Amino acid sequence: MTSSAEPPASTVEDWATDFDHTDPGWAADAPAIWEDLRGRCPVAHSDRFGGVWLPTRHEDVSAIAHDTVHFTSQSVIVANWKPDAPRPIGFAPPITSDPPFHEIARRILLPAFSPKAIRELEEPTRRFCAELVDDLVASGRTEVDAAAEYSQHIPVRVIAHMLGVPASDGDKFRGFIHRILERAGQVNEVAVEDTMIYYLAGVLADHRANPRDDLVGYLLECEIAGQPLTDEHILGTVALLLIAGIDTTWSAIGATLWHLAQHPEECDRLRADPTLLPMAVEEFLRAYAPVTMARLVAEDVEIGGEQLHEGDWVLLPFPAANRDPEFFDRADEVVIDRQKNRHAAFGLGIHRCIGSNLARMELTIAVEEWLRRVPSFELADPDGVRWATGQVRGPRTLPVRLNHDRKES
Amino acid sequence: MRIHFNRDACQGHNRCHLLAPELFDTDDEGYAILLVDGIVPADLEDKAVLAADNCPEYAIEVALD
Repeated sequence: MTSSAEPPASTVEDWATDFDHTDPGWAADAPAIWEDLRGRCPVAHSDRFGGVWLPTRHEDVSAIAHDTVHFTSQSVIVANWKPDAPRPIGFAPPITSDPPFHEIARRILLPAFSPKAIRELEEPTRRFCAELVDDLVASGRTEVDAAAEYSQHIPVRVIAHMLGVPASDGDKFRGFIHRILERAGQVNEVAVEDTMIYYLAGVLADHRANPRDDLVGYLLECEIAGQPLTDEHILGTVALLLIAGIDTTWSAIGATLWHLAQHPEECDRLRADPTLLPMAVEEFLRAYAPVTMARLVAEDVEIGGEQLHEGDWVLLPFPAANRDPEFFDRADEVVIDRQKNRHAAFGLGIHRCIGSNLARMELTIAVEEWLRRVPSFELADPDGVRWATGQVRGPRTLPVRLNHDRKES
Repeated sequence: MRIHFNRDACQGHNRCHLLAPELFDTDDEGYAILLVDGIVPADLEDKAVLAADNCPEYAIEVALD
């Protein structure tokens, strides 16, 4: 594996007044940027995207997340255009919905993502992870990309399994998501038959012709006030699961492996005492929370001493809240047995990530199976690690060296 | 030790059930259910404190008598 080219230069001169979360300078340095802004703003502003705010303290992020009067979820991805799907439903319920519709749309999905429902996915997830690591180890290569060749495939396979589509459709998912998340704000010309909605309409038609017991089958059976869900609602919801469930989980797994690659002593501790893993996973989620959400200001409001106006964008950086030293002891350190950890990796308030039980399970099993099968590993090219820009942050390229010689005891 | 759970504040993060399954279960929608009647058995006090200290929504309170 060769070292990657130099990253493109940042166009941001002052992150307090001109920040851009899609700038290459954000990708690798976001935690340092949040720390800097927390000390001197603490709510940054940028004229980009038609005007956007960036709070950095836990207190402000929590206040916004819990306030559905002054802030709307009508769009949760900051872009150069404002959403056209009207409130309170939005493009992809329930994430883009506000009260009172939000609760109706959310309660339909909650049973499918409850801890008990997710437990049934543990076995297939473990099988996918074991197969992926076994293939990498069996290849005999000493350098592999733990982001692209492992982390990425896990949520893709799990969601394909949940939607009842072939695992080979995973590549299509990646293309859809890349267009929506990583190139957000750019205008793309895409042929209709290459769009996610066209693909998902096909999945829906196939489920109608061949009913089966999976998530799409479940949604087809659901009703609101005695009426089946509209196709628009089902497609929006499935689109949401694809967009929200893949890059996010991939990022959390990749960032955790990036951390562990640099901390063999923690790998040894987790191998020696697997009961530490659940607590360690929460700490990895705190320190490397991938997801920054967004809101639009619905009514003028003051946050952190700044006056926000109706129609302004607000980024909701849960990862920054998770590193606020006012809220966490040793906020910048990864403490794998942290006893007090009210992290906000899955958000706060009524929009708590509905896939949190799924994501936590995938991350736990991905780490477990990796540690079980890879005797030791390290970063092969620290400068070759590439972090994603945008609202989902995690390594997209993660070259690691697998040391095959240190056998399992 | 007494324990109080505020169902209105619970958002289904599921941290309490993972840390203290003897004290918290979850319902079909994933919201927490407190399994004890306000009093924490002596051998579960540490777990009760953990559950309270890790709830992102401050939905759990514990207090020593």
